[in-house]
Amino acid sequence: MGNYRVLAGPEAFLPPSAACAGVVLPDPGQAHIHGEIFHEDVAMEEAAKRFLSAKVPTIFPGPMVLWNWNPKSAKKATAIKAMYDELKDHNPGALLIPMPDYRPKYPKINPEIEINPNHPNLTVWHNKIDVCMFVGVHCHQANLSLKIIRGGTNCYTIAMCAMAGHEDAMLSFRDATPDKIWKLVEVIKDVRKSL
Amino acid sequence: MDPKSLVGTFNKKGQKIVEPEYLLFEAPRTQHFMTGSEVVKEAIRRASIDVSIAYPITPQSEAAALVGELYVEGYVGEYFRGENEFAVMSECAGASFGGARVFTTTSGPGTLRAYENFPMWAGSRLPIVINVMVRGVNSPLSIQPDTLEIGMILETGMLIWHAETAQEFLDFLLASFIVAEEPDVHLPVAVCIDGFFVSHTKDMVMMPPADIALTPYDPYRSPVPCMDMEVPPIRMMRDPFVMKSNYISYATHASWQQEVRAACERSRKHTIRLIGGLIEEENADAEILIVSSGTAVAQGREAVRLLAEEGVDVGIVKIKTIRPFPHQEVRQALRNAKHIFVPEFNVAGWMAREIKACIPDNDRVYAGPHVAGGMTMPPEVIVEEIKKVLSGRKEAVHG
Repeated sequence: MGNYRVLAGPEAFLPPSAACAGVVLPDPGQAHIHGEIFHEDVAMEEAAKRFLSAKVPTIFPGPMVLWNWNPKSAKKATAIKAMYDELKDHNPGALLIPMPDYRPKYPKINPEIEINPNHPNLTVWHNKIDVCMFVGVHCHQANLSLKIIRGGTNCYTIAMCAMAGHEDAMLSFRDATPDKIWKLVEVIKDVRKSL
Repeated sequence: MDPKSLVGTFNKKGQKIVEPEYLLFEAPRTQHFMTGSEVVKEAIRRASIDVSIAYPITPQSEAAALVGELYVEGYVGEYFRGENEFAVMSECAGASFGGARVFTTTSGPGTLRAYENFPMWAGSRLPIVINVMVRGVNSPLSIQPDTLEIGMILETGMLIWHAETAQEFLDFLLASFIVAEEPDVHLPVAVCIDGFFVSHTKDMVMMPPADIALTPYDPYRSPVPCMDMEVPPIRMMRDPFVMKSNYISYATHASWQQEVRAACERSRKHTIRLIGGLIEEENADAEILIVSSGTAVAQGREAVRLLAEEGVDVGIVKIKTIRPFPHQEVRQALRNAKHIFVPEFNVAGWMAREIKACIPDNDRVYAGPHVAGGMTMPPEVIVEEIKKVLSGRKEAVHG
C-alpha cells in the first residue's frame, strides 16, 4: 500500500477516494484500520474502544437493515439494536439515527431524525457526532457519504459492510453477518468491563 | 438466491454451472482453430448471458450475429437488434438496471454514436460487458483496424482491457463478467480487440468444454439499489441535486465520480487473480523495451526476434488493462530501461502519453512508430525506428 492513511478530517475541500490513493480492501477474515490491514479481531477491539471513548457514538443503519425485506436483515437489525443499547447504557449521549433511503431531500433533511448519504455532514455537524458506524448501506452510497464526512468533519467513521468493505471509512469490516455484529456487541461489552 | 448455490446444477441447456475459477483454470481444454468473432460466440455460450442487444457495424457485425444464433439455440435469454448504437447501449442499460447479465458488441463509429451511454453505465455501476472491435473513426470513412477509439473511451469510468490474441480474447471475455460483477467493482468492462487482425483471422484457441457455464449474475450484490424512480441514480436524473446550485450538491456529484474511479482501482485485485496480472513482461531487464497493447505487441515481438538476430537485446512489456492503468507495474518493469518504444495503431499516441505520465525520466519514451487507418505495422518498421533512435538519427518525440 502507499503512504496514504484514512484519518478523521476535516481533510480537504474534495479529498481523494482512498482506493485511488492506494488503499486496498481487506480479504475475508481481515479488516482495515486507517487503510492498514489487520485481523478482524484487532479491528473489533479498536472499534469498541473508539465507540466507548466517544462523546457522541452513533450508529447509522441503512435501508438494508431498516426494512424487514428478508429474514437476515431482521436478524441484523436485532443485533444492531443490541449494540446501540449497550452504547447507550455506557453513554447516554449515544445516538441511533436511520438512513431510511437515499433520496435527495430539499430544502433540507431534519438532521436530528435522519442522515442522508448525499448530505451526511448536516447530521454529523448538528449532533456533534465524533464516532459513527455505517451498517446496511449500499456500498456506493456508503463510500460516497464516508468520503464527504472525511472531507468536512472530524468524525471517526466505521463501516460494517456486508460485501467487501469500505476504504473510505477509517475502520472497515467486511462480510458482515448477524453473527459478526453480535460478536462486536460482545467485544464492546468486554472492553467496557476493562475500562 | 446466491448464484454460488447453483454450482453443480444444470441450466436449461444442460450446461453444468461451475465456479469461474474452474471454468478459467481447471476445466480440460481442447484446441480449436477459429476467428475472433467465433471466439465471441463460444465465450458467450459459456457465460450465462441474460440479454444481448445488437446492431450491425463492421467489424463486429459477425460476432453480434453469432450471438443471435446462440439465442436461437437457447443459450442467451433475450436478444434483439436495437434501432442504432445509442439505442443499443441505452437498452443494455435498461436490462442491466433490471438485474440482467448483459453483453453487447460495437466498433468505431458505433462506439462514438453510443458514447454518452458509457459514462452513464459506469456512473450507474452497471456491470455490462461490451466487446469493442476497434476500427477507424475518421473521415473519409474507414472500416479498417485503428485503436484511436480506445483513446476516446479512456475516461468514461469503464474498465478497459485490450486482448492481443484470440486466446486472450476468450479468457478476457469470460473473466470480465466476474470482475465486472464484484460488488466492490460493479462497473462495465470494454473488452477490446483490434478489428480484423483478431476478429477476422483464425488462430488456435484452447477452449473449455461447451457443457459448462459461469454462475449467473446476482443483482442483489450490487453496490447501488435496484432501479427505482425514487432512489439514485434514477431519482437524481429527474430531481434536485442535478440542478441544485450549492456546495453539497457539487460535492456529491464529485464524490459520485470519485467512487466510480475508486471502483475501477478496486478491480485490480480481482483482475490480477483472473487474468494473471495487468501486464506481461518478456526479457524486461533489457535496456531497450517495446511497450504497448493489443496486436502492436505481437508485431513488437517479431521485431524483437529480428533485432536479436542482429545481436540487439530488446524486451517486451504488454499492457493488458488500459483502465485501470497499471501504473505501478509499468514503473517497476520500465525502471532500468534506457529506451522505451511504444508502437501504436493510431495517430494520436495515447498509449505513449499514458506511459510517459507514469514513469520518471520520461524522455526515455519514443512515441512510435505509429500507423493508422488500417495500415499494417510490419515488424521491420519497428526495427527501423529503434535503429534510427539508437544511431542518433532521430530525436525522441516528446509528448
